[in-house]
Amino acid sequence: MAAEVHNPNFLLTTLDKGISWTRTRSMWPATFGLACCAIEMMATGAAHHDLARFGMEVFRASPRQADLMVVAGRLSQKMAPVLRQVYDQMAEPKWVISMGACASTGGMFNNYALVQGVDEIVPVDVYVPGCPPGPQSLMHGILTLQDKIMAGEIRRSTGLL
Amino acid sequence: MSDTPNNTEGDAQAPMLEPPTGSADGSLDADERRRAHDIWVAGTEEPDWIANATDEGAQELLPRDIDPALQIQRGIAVDDDFIDQPTITEDERQILNMGPQHPATHGVLRLHLELDGETIRRVKPIIGYLHTGMEKTAENLTYMQGGTNVTRMDYLSPLNNELCYSLAVEQLLGVEIPPRAQAIRILMTELNRVASHLIWVATFGMDIGALSMMIYGFRDREAILAFFEKVTGLRMNHNYIRPGGVAADLPEGWEEDIDGIFDIVGSGLDDYEDLLNRNPIFLDRTRGVGVLTPEEAQAYGVTGPAARASGVNFDLRKAFPYSGIEQYEFDVPLGKHGDTLDRYLVRMEEMRQSLRIVQQVLETMPPGDYRTDDRKVTPPPRKRIDESMEALIHHFKLFTEGFKAPAGEVYQAVESPRGELGMHLVSKGGSKPWRLHARTPSFAIVQALPVMLTDQIVPDVIATLASLDPVLGDVDR
Repeated sequence: MAAEVHNPNFLLTTLDKGISWTRTRSMWPATFGLACCAIEMMATGAAHHDLARFGMEVFRASPRQADLMVVAGRLSQKMAPVLRQVYDQMAEPKWVISMGACASTGGMFNNYALVQGVDEIVPVDVYVPGCPPGPQSLMHGILTLQDKIMAGEIRRSTGLL
Repeated sequence: MSDTPNNTEGDAQAPMLEPPTGSADGSLDADERRRAHDIWVAGTEEPDWIANATDEGAQELLPRDIDPALQIQRGIAVDDDFIDQPTITEDERQILNMGPQHPATHGVLRLHLELDGETIRRVKPIIGYLHTGMEKTAENLTYMQGGTNVTRMDYLSPLNNELCYSLAVEQLLGVEIPPRAQAIRILMTELNRVASHLIWVATFGMDIGALSMMIYGFRDREAILAFFEKVTGLRMNHNYIRPGGVAADLPEGWEEDIDGIFDIVGSGLDDYEDLLNRNPIFLDRTRGVGVLTPEEAQAYGVTGPAARASGVNFDLRKAFPYSGIEQYEFDVPLGKHGDTLDRYLVRMEEMRQSLRIVQQVLETMPPGDYRTDDRKVTPPPRKRIDESMEALIHHFKLFTEGFKAPAGEVYQAVESPRGELGMHLVSKGGSKPWRLHARTPSFAIVQALPVMLTDQIVPDVIATLASLDPVLGDVDR
């Protein structure tokens, strides 16, 4: 990331990389626990798996203070407008992880009640497979998202900034 | 009960359906069919009620009769002396909407609270935000596959759901389960009860401000989940208990794993009680909060720890024993006051009693097969499939078509960590259930919220709701 010059107290990098790095290291998820996956999401944040290692243990109840929405669980037709509203309330830049089979595709419930994948409602950055995904899977999804942010530009083509 | 305001009226705006008229030969035309069955027949004009089919009317508390004093003030009634009326309070009321996206509603419950200052006057729970259509999905799955569906209902006690469903199917089939399979079932469901109550103590502590409980509860639960993962292959949603027995025998060395769980959870429980039982903040937040009387508990169908904290001595493991649980010794803890503190104490004691059952299962685990030898339900052993064409065909048929259950209907209930979990299964003779209805304990608990919360204050909503431990997947299915 940084090139060292003669004085070791200086770091040189591009603005893109610097901003992306700060974004990845303090990414705060909004609590959007819906079903079984929410329990695994809580377990990921708790002591044994310790999500704090990646700078993201602060689950925010207020979407205004969150960067990342982990859609954890099955999304019913009745809940879909609420999901979209919470997403709209989050400040840019924002990201979405679709956690579990139900959130990604509707899972085993191909019926009248469920939205068949949250990507019909909000843009999804990372899909985490599993039913429910274990804490390791969720962490892998989060690290994948961090890599994606680091590799991308700071201006997202879809967002305002 | 008598002085409690009626909070549950409303939602009375469902469209009235006209009775089907039909033509002389009994057949209905498309429009009549739509009205008769509340469906939209393809090719016909879009009915005007299509958007209202699932909503519950205006999602707000219905207006009560306006106070006479306020009527005067608004000019509805005329009285010259209105300035001296001392009881004008209606305009001080405000409606607070809590949920469905709220960190303390344990999922996606939505509550309308009518507040008078900080005092709650009326409560209306609104459910359905996690409705998954599981009862419908069950009709499309064979009896063998059905476990995958029901295990996701109450996702904190998946094994109890599977046990209830399997017992119902077995009752329909009339098969005998070998004693080892029954003992394994009791072992797993009682451990699941401990795991579920550990999550409860974690979230309960977090909601009322004892944040370290969150860390401890999840830490201890991991010990049980590690055992579940070793036995079933999954941390949650196991599909381990199946009609006819269990999916696999216990692995080598399971006795040592159980001993490890005793060490971790047993000492953990002592620590929690040291931390909480004499903590003045904890006691202030819980004592006398959210009281449910035994009469109210029974009237609303509340079962499980929530009802036993009120003193209702009803535990399905004692009243209607299943899966051989009557051979193990355990006590049913009862509360006296029905408040949040009693619900905490009852659940803590239940964990110890469950561990006591697990200890007895550990000591008396019978040898034998882990599933029934009824070949109509259990697939032939792997070795026979290599030797015999018939066994191969039989195996194939069993997993593609599934076994058929005789026509009839059964109701089977088990004591889940939240109360009476019942499955009503109707068979018309096929390999899939014609109808599955789940009677879930959380549903009754949520309906009883208004009587517990009326005339409490706002912070008590969180404490009461957390102590009741409703799982919204269980409420909405």
